[in-house]
Amino acid sequence: MANDKKVDIENNLTLIRSLIAKHKRHDHIFAGVGMFVIISLTITLLVLFLDLVFDGYPRFNLDFLTNFPSRRATAAGILSAWVGSSLVLIVTFFAAVPLGIAAGVYLEEYAKKNWFSDLIEINVTNLAGVPSIIYGLLALGLFVYGFGLGQTILTAGLTLALLMLPIVIVATREAIRAIPIHIREAAYAVGATKWQVSLHHVIQYSYGGILTGVIIGMARAIGETAPVITIGALTFIAFLPPSPVGLEPPFINFEWLEAGFTVLPIQMFNWISRPQMAFHVNAAATGAIIILLTLLMNGLAIKIRYNIRKKIKW
Amino acid sequence: MVEKKRKHPKEIIKAEANSLNFFYADGTQALKKISLPVYENKITALIGPSGCGKSTFLRCFNRMHDLYPGNKYDGEIILHPDNTNILDKRVDPIEVRMRISMVFQKPNPFPKSIYENVAYGLRVRGERNKRVLDDKVEEALKGASLWDEVKKRLHDLAFNLSGGQQQRLCIARALATDPEIMLFDEPTSALDPIATMNIEELMAGLKEKLSILIVTHNMQQAARISDYTAYMYLGELVEHDETDKVFTNPSKKETEDYITGKFG
Repeated sequence: MANDKKVDIENNLTLIRSLIAKHKRHDHIFAGVGMFVIISLTITLLVLFLDLVFDGYPRFNLDFLTNFPSRRATAAGILSAWVGSSLVLIVTFFAAVPLGIAAGVYLEEYAKKNWFSDLIEINVTNLAGVPSIIYGLLALGLFVYGFGLGQTILTAGLTLALLMLPIVIVATREAIRAIPIHIREAAYAVGATKWQVSLHHVIQYSYGGILTGVIIGMARAIGETAPVITIGALTFIAFLPPSPVGLEPPFINFEWLEAGFTVLPIQMFNWISRPQMAFHVNAAATGAIIILLTLLMNGLAIKIRYNIRKKIKW
Repeated sequence: MVEKKRKHPKEIIKAEANSLNFFYADGTQALKKISLPVYENKITALIGPSGCGKSTFLRCFNRMHDLYPGNKYDGEIILHPDNTNILDKRVDPIEVRMRISMVFQKPNPFPKSIYENVAYGLRVRGERNKRVLDDKVEEALKGASLWDEVKKRLHDLAFNLSGGQQQRLCIARALATDPEIMLFDEPTSALDPIATMNIEELMAGLKEKLSILIVTHNMQQAARISDYTAYMYLGELVEHDETDKVFTNPSKKETEDYITGKFG
């Protein structure tokens, strides 16, 4: 009798174990496929990056960063391009970030949920996927001709800001939604207004996520070529825009906003389209620098997010 | 004014709900014709099974339902001595929340320092004077019997406190603005027995200064701390009387069934 029971239990145990083994196979298969995809993507990126580094290796020196473009490939540098890219990004940052955060806060905290807010939501999400050349055409019509801003740093910065805006809005909304409802209720319960709740709580607790979105948006903007070409960035430029900061009062000037410019990806495009091999080396070196900048920015975004998660846990 | 016939004539009414109905945005009626007084310097406990509407009722007192669109009040809650109907659309919910504060079920301190948590209600009111803030924060933390535990680390993050301390911090935050009524929504349901005992002792002291309305799931707690108890069921008020009477000699059969554990 007791023996029978023991046998029963052992049979049952064998069955359970084979079932678990079968179910776990799914775990293993999925983990395997996932690992394969991740590794192949990482390797592809790494190979591309290393290829650029090897091709561009002869040009990795300080002269490359401090020289203007030149007809002689070995004397040519990316000074005007990286200065142009930096100035354009400054404009982009100051245009897209306040507007994007404000839009995100408005949509989450203020807007009534109805068909109109749904429509806006769909549109914003869609904007993030619109091909960048379309933004270039829009900017050409609106900023260059409509507002008469010309083919300037200001125009380029605003154009890239349009491109970055949906990314900032979506990131802001996601970050705001992660704030637990009971924290919000706590703030309202002591008599705070919507504005106070947004300013003292919502933005402060979501800035990690917002900042991540901002940096990722900037990383995208730095590599954009099509819209900047469309609005008419110069491809060969041997001067720098007026300096934004000066040694004499008022120390800051805005003349640079109206200067012509070029940016890193355009400089690269310009060199790659020349027949001489020597220029292709320059293009590879520029490409490596763009990828490096993008990686650094994304790395910074991850680091910030990590630090903030450590500080705020719900 | 016609003096209504009063059940407990010796008590001063601080607030009273008069035939209060409440509808959620989806149309469900969560409260049905509730009339209930909240007496001054007394603790009124709301008991009843889950889903009976006790939390919904509590959240009417600080217009918390206004935060979500589509909710509808019908009836009134009169706040004395100024006879303001706090459910009136012309009364700003923010004004109501400045007079009636709330402590929630789950401790919900802001991810800020201990000091800033307590000072927040005053900052919202525009208080900038550092000395006034310091004094009020100390007073509120003492009132919530938390001062001795945190006075050396006022600028630490509130999250570093234990659950019971966090809840007392939330009480200090609600206390700092000198409310007339404090609402407690199952304040000890997430806490261990010792933290619960601390908070119950605290409430007994608080009623010297203000009036308390508490929702509790725990009948022993209601019996221990409250002066008056209201039993709610399916959105209706079944019985309201002195706690001793409700627990020893309830006038309704349903109340007796719930209290003796036959139901609920």
